[in-house]
Amino acid sequence: MGKDAVAQTQFLQRKDLQTLLDTLIAAGYHCLGPQVRDGAIVYDVLADVSHLPVAVHDQQAPGKYHLHYSQGLRSFAWANGPLALKPLLFSAREVLWSAERDDEGKIQFVQVKPAVQKTAVIGVRSCDLAAMRIQDQVFLEQQYKDENYQARREALFTVAVNCSHPADTCFCASTGDGPTAKSGYDLLLTELDDGFLVAAGSEVGKQIFIQLPLEQASDQQHFIAGEQALHAEQTQTRKLPQAGLAEKLLANLDHPRWQEVAERCLSCGNCTMVCPTCFCHKETEQPQLDGRSTEHLREWDSCFTQGHSYIHGTVIRDDTEKRYRQWLSHKLATWLQQFGNSGCVGCGRCISWCPAAIDLTEEANAIAGDEGD
Amino acid sequence: MTNPYTPFEAEVVERIQESPTIFTLRLRFTDAEQHRSYSFQPGQFNMVYLYGVGEVAISIVSDPEDEQLYDHTIRVVGRVTRGLAQVKQGQRVGIRGPFGRGWPLDQAEGHDVLIVTGGLGCAPVVSVINYIISRRERFGRLTIMQGVKHADDLLWHERYKLWSQMPDTQVIIAADQGGQQWPWRIGPVISMFDELDLMPDRTIAMMCGPEGMMHTAIQRLQEMGMAEEMLFMSMERNMQCAVGHCGHCQYGGKFVCKDGPVFSFNEIKDIFGKAGY
Repeated sequence: MGKDAVAQTQFLQRKDLQTLLDTLIAAGYHCLGPQVRDGAIVYDVLADVSHLPVAVHDQQAPGKYHLHYSQGLRSFAWANGPLALKPLLFSAREVLWSAERDDEGKIQFVQVKPAVQKTAVIGVRSCDLAAMRIQDQVFLEQQYKDENYQARREALFTVAVNCSHPADTCFCASTGDGPTAKSGYDLLLTELDDGFLVAAGSEVGKQIFIQLPLEQASDQQHFIAGEQALHAEQTQTRKLPQAGLAEKLLANLDHPRWQEVAERCLSCGNCTMVCPTCFCHKETEQPQLDGRSTEHLREWDSCFTQGHSYIHGTVIRDDTEKRYRQWLSHKLATWLQQFGNSGCVGCGRCISWCPAAIDLTEEANAIAGDEGD
Repeated sequence: MTNPYTPFEAEVVERIQESPTIFTLRLRFTDAEQHRSYSFQPGQFNMVYLYGVGEVAISIVSDPEDEQLYDHTIRVVGRVTRGLAQVKQGQRVGIRGPFGRGWPLDQAEGHDVLIVTGGLGCAPVVSVINYIISRRERFGRLTIMQGVKHADDLLWHERYKLWSQMPDTQVIIAADQGGQQWPWRIGPVISMFDELDLMPDRTIAMMCGPEGMMHTAIQRLQEMGMAEEMLFMSMERNMQCAVGHCGHCQYGGKFVCKDGPVFSFNEIKDIFGKAGY
């Protein structure tokens, strides 16, 4: 993308937000946006901006996610919900191929390609863009490419919204992945009381941008946006240890804290399901009853299950201590060896959605923090 | 581009029962062009698919220059291998591969080669032994060490006997428990190293088998003067995709499926032997 593809930041009045949605729909995008479902904010089909979570706020803490309501005007005055972009790109369950067997026993394999439609997601957070970048590395930038992920990725349009209301569980400022989006979006919004600052981050983003009823943004609006970003960063209290985290974790694989956290951990795998970067999946077979055809599927798996490390009759990680240690040491340490960066983007979901209220930052600090040991 | 997840059909041309629980499938892709273009290195593996049941990672034991067939020696241990054991000559399976990094055979040329295996017949090194035996002039002294729990566990008695009679080749086998007419040693694997006539500077070691056994062997070989860069081992972990996506075979910062399964000790010493990795 050349520099000229990135148009300068302009202002969209709040009453014109529907125009953005309509423009995306007219451009052929299936639009998804944050909405309240079953007490949480999730992405669902969006045709009317009045369905956005207006004046909805999330209160998050270890083991806690709770929505409350105010009299405000804002649609994005919350941090995040359990879903990142992950389920939209890396399907939780899908058929990879099918096989048919004829009367002579000959087998024919057929690759099953997913039905992919152009999809625009409104309200993407900076942490989730960073997580998408990490999953791009896993599925697209190594020796083998994942075609299903690639097809969905190429069909995705992201409308990021800078995070102005981080939750207590957020620590993206400490991982360097937020709260303000730096790149990786097609359009970027900053929500103000009376409307949005809008910038394009890609050529396709610019095509939408130029169709919007935009006004020149005032210095005052830029100033408020800057203050807001600074505030969002400074309100975050949780952080990961900075210097030498990976080395310290790997040097402390026998730290007594692993056993202590394992005594609380239920090994349920919730953290891996809500984690926007966890990529483990298993392959399963679903034969049809008539015996003539069968489907080969993949579905999300978790390193907290017994089956994950099964190898001819034994289980490598046969207790919770080994599983928690595998998860944390992979996410924060060995991920660097594999991909050159950390596998954590500071979204805090694993903290909020842990039924045992285990806090990854607390564990990492206890084992590898400056005051640890 | 071919999707790395989808298998190709292969025919079982021959099936050999090696022991009550171990069998060999000799395979050929049914598509002639697919078979022609297929090539592998000793130490690499295929994902072998049984219709309606699933896939399992199995190393390839045959000679890479055999253009007719490729072989998988399989032990019955789980759901898929139990099913594969029922497959008869002429039946079809699915194959995708080869995957992973095999043995450092180019590096081994001109060197003495020490093979250390344990447990029930270790297919990944059988391919390498056959490879060296067929190209004997390219390698120095060949030493094959195999440890088994019980004399009955030793596969391929005849092959070991044959190998032991080859020039410049030493075969050392030990069973914790011997049996009637057991011609080899009785005692723990580690005791075999007393018989080893090692020239550490010109030897490359290739190992596979139980990690505890390899751990002991590595310690002993280092004591005898071998450098960690010359100690190679084939690792095994749960594998489902074989292409570094599914996450099951993660071994610290490595994926066994694509960075291995063969590693030098140097590459994995940080976590080798660490329970849980």
